[in-house]
Amino acid sequence: MEKKKTETHRPLLRSFGAQQVIVIGVIVVLFLFFSVASASFRRYTTVVTLCNYMYYILLMAIGVTFPLITGGVDLSIGTGIICYSIVGSYMISQKGMPVLGGMLVALLLALIIGFVNGIIIAKLDLPPFITTLCTMMIARGLGSILTGGLSGVWPMAGSPGGWCRSIFKITVGGRVIPIGMIWMILLVAVMSVILRRTRVGRYIIAIGSNKEALRLSGVNVVKWQVIAYLISGLFAGLSAISYACTFTNITPGTGAGLELDAIGGAIIGGTSMTGGSGSIFGTFLGVLVISLLKTGLPYIGLQANWQQIITGMVLIGAVAIDMAKRHQAE
Amino acid sequence: MGDTILTMKGIDKSFPGVHALDHVDLEIRKGEVLALMGENGAGKSTLMKVLTGIYKKDAGTITYEGREVEYTDPRHAQEDGIVIVHQELNMMGHLTVAQNIFIGREPRAGLFIDDAKMNADAKKLFGQLNIEIDPQETMSRLTVGKQQMCEIAKAISHKAKIIIFDEPSAALTDAEIEQLFKIIRGLRDQQLGIVYISHRMDEIKQITDRVTVMRDGCYVGTLITADCTKDDIINMMVGHVIYEDPKTESHVRPDAPVVLKVEHLNAGRMVRDVSFELHQGEILGFSGLMGAGRTETARALFGADPKESGEITIKGKKVDIRTPEQAVAAGLGYLSEDRKRFGLALKKSVTENSTLTCLPKYCKGPFLNQKEERKVTRKYVEALNTKTPGIDQLVVNLSGGNQQKVVIGKWLIGDSDILIFDEPTRGIDVGAKQEIYELMNQLVEQGKSIIMISSEMTEILRMSDRIIVMCEGRITGELGIEEATQARIMHFATLRS
Repeated sequence: MEKKKTETHRPLLRSFGAQQVIVIGVIVVLFLFFSVASASFRRYTTVVTLCNYMYYILLMAIGVTFPLITGGVDLSIGTGIICYSIVGSYMISQKGMPVLGGMLVALLLALIIGFVNGIIIAKLDLPPFITTLCTMMIARGLGSILTGGLSGVWPMAGSPGGWCRSIFKITVGGRVIPIGMIWMILLVAVMSVILRRTRVGRYIIAIGSNKEALRLSGVNVVKWQVIAYLISGLFAGLSAISYACTFTNITPGTGAGLELDAIGGAIIGGTSMTGGSGSIFGTFLGVLVISLLKTGLPYIGLQANWQQIITGMVLIGAVAIDMAKRHQAE
Repeated sequence: MGDTILTMKGIDKSFPGVHALDHVDLEIRKGEVLALMGENGAGKSTLMKVLTGIYKKDAGTITYEGREVEYTDPRHAQEDGIVIVHQELNMMGHLTVAQNIFIGREPRAGLFIDDAKMNADAKKLFGQLNIEIDPQETMSRLTVGKQQMCEIAKAISHKAKIIIFDEPSAALTDAEIEQLFKIIRGLRDQQLGIVYISHRMDEIKQITDRVTVMRDGCYVGTLITADCTKDDIINMMVGHVIYEDPKTESHVRPDAPVVLKVEHLNAGRMVRDVSFELHQGEILGFSGLMGAGRTETARALFGADPKESGEITIKGKKVDIRTPEQAVAAGLGYLSEDRKRFGLALKKSVTENSTLTCLPKYCKGPFLNQKEERKVTRKYVEALNTKTPGIDQLVVNLSGGNQQKVVIGKWLIGDSDILIFDEPTRGIDVGAKQEIYELMNQLVEQGKSIIMISSEMTEILRMSDRIIVMCEGRITGELGIEEATQARIMHFATLRS
């Protein structure tokens, strides 16, 4: 009887690994450190800034966790979100579409890019790194061409269509409340369930563990691999919407490197770079680390370049832990 | 029999939760081949890893040429002349034979590598072994057998005094095994100490002088090979007697319907115009030498590789199978010869592996029905007597025999009627082998039909109701079990067109 009990509880325990515990520790340490080092960090606006960063990185990261688990990667999401939000703004300001229409166009385009990635990788068997590197370049060019190099602008708060800004934050009694966090937590929960408790999730994990064994078990691996990239595309689209609603002004031709924040977050959260394992909650924690660094470092006088250096070092640490775990397993 | 060159005494080694070696003794003598036998998990590999310094022992002594040694790095053992020829070869496919042999210690001419000397030295080594390999050939172009000989040449170049062969014959053809034995005898005559690890009983009788048997991490005993029978050794290994009697008559009912009909199947060079029938409740053995095209036939039939032409009829219905998905839907199941590469997601649990072939059956809408999934997995773990601490155990932690049972369970849960067993007992210990044979017999009694590809003659003769022999991609013969003999099978297996 006792044995049975431990058996049923194991899978949950496994999804919450030792790495997550370390990452939570890192988050606490970072938070304390910034709070002690800078008085202005200890203010409410910091939370708002942190959330602004978290939304678009987290959405990208949740999506990219799926290709990562299959043993692939999706580099197109960074320039992708800029491209999709520019195309969305173009539809709204030039084509007279309502804001909702612009959002849907952005999502649709993101899904198309995700599908193209998936087909090229799964059906034509091209390496994911190269394929998505190319779609990354395509996405960057596409946005700039469409707007003729001009910035894309999404409605400001108060202007027509400005409702879109209150998806992620509302002002109550002069105080900004980042309600976007509710959607984030919901999405983390939903995607965790999809990864752990559905057929899609099981197959995607199995592709990363042993794609050929899955194929020889009579499973259509092409289909499920495409779905992994579709999920990545869908979340890049959602990320584009959150980016547009948070930052309003979108500069074409940018976005390269944003994908690394997302991929970095996933890896810090324990997703294996060689595929086969990973968790959405881990990705959430990893993105929290990245966002904390982005928010906190300026408070102690370290600007963008320093952020990159420190993020790079944190990533190496995360990868080292992943490798150490693997060696231990062997 | 020569003098003792190395003794291991009271070797003890524990891993968390496992007492892997329990005061094991071993004696290696000059000019002698010592067989080290035991089921998988008996501790043979661990003992050899302790000897060469891959693992650190907890207790015991190793005396080598009169002095006590303790290696902390396999390289030190190698420099001292103790070398392992691994089951999985560690060669760099893109480099030449000579470059592989002298990697890390290339002869120099000034700043540059002295290629001429390196090739000449390699040639000299092959001369010593009495084999013909071009030192300038690219390694990946050699057969597995030749590659292994390069590994042996490399061992000799290290001035080896003790060579340990870890299941060297697993991937070799009969002719290559013959040549390997010639080399091993040559090395023995040069007064080297040889340790030979293998599961194949016939080879042990042929090549070794003494047999040391281990069981469950303990030393069981040592016999003089010439003075003991196969059954003596097996008894020591498993503790009970197993006889390997051939089948004498077909167990298939005369009116059993044809469940699978393959006509004029062609796929590449290795599958040429293959036609055969499989009856319900039959075990159809596919025999032949390595590279005869048996696995290729199975893979083409299963849709794993593309085929050029051919008609497949299952239970009277023509089916078009171009992907494994279609094959599974048509009721086929394929247990690959290489379960680690093609059969299992090693780092996933027994449960996750068990339901891969039919996950939709264990889903409610898009959601997994994990309760049912675990129930059916538990049922088959018990039915197949799979030894695992639990159904959440990662498959990588199970022994070869138990991994194979997980793969079999996977296809049984998938409810395939026609099962292709490709080398079902490769790398599996005697006890588990017996269980898998019994299981196959039970399956055909229940009305399933089995195609069994096997390179082990005893297995073919023991399990099959009918035997198809292939050579160079063609079916060269068909034998009922009543008329089949080892000699007849070999005749067809070497019948080149």
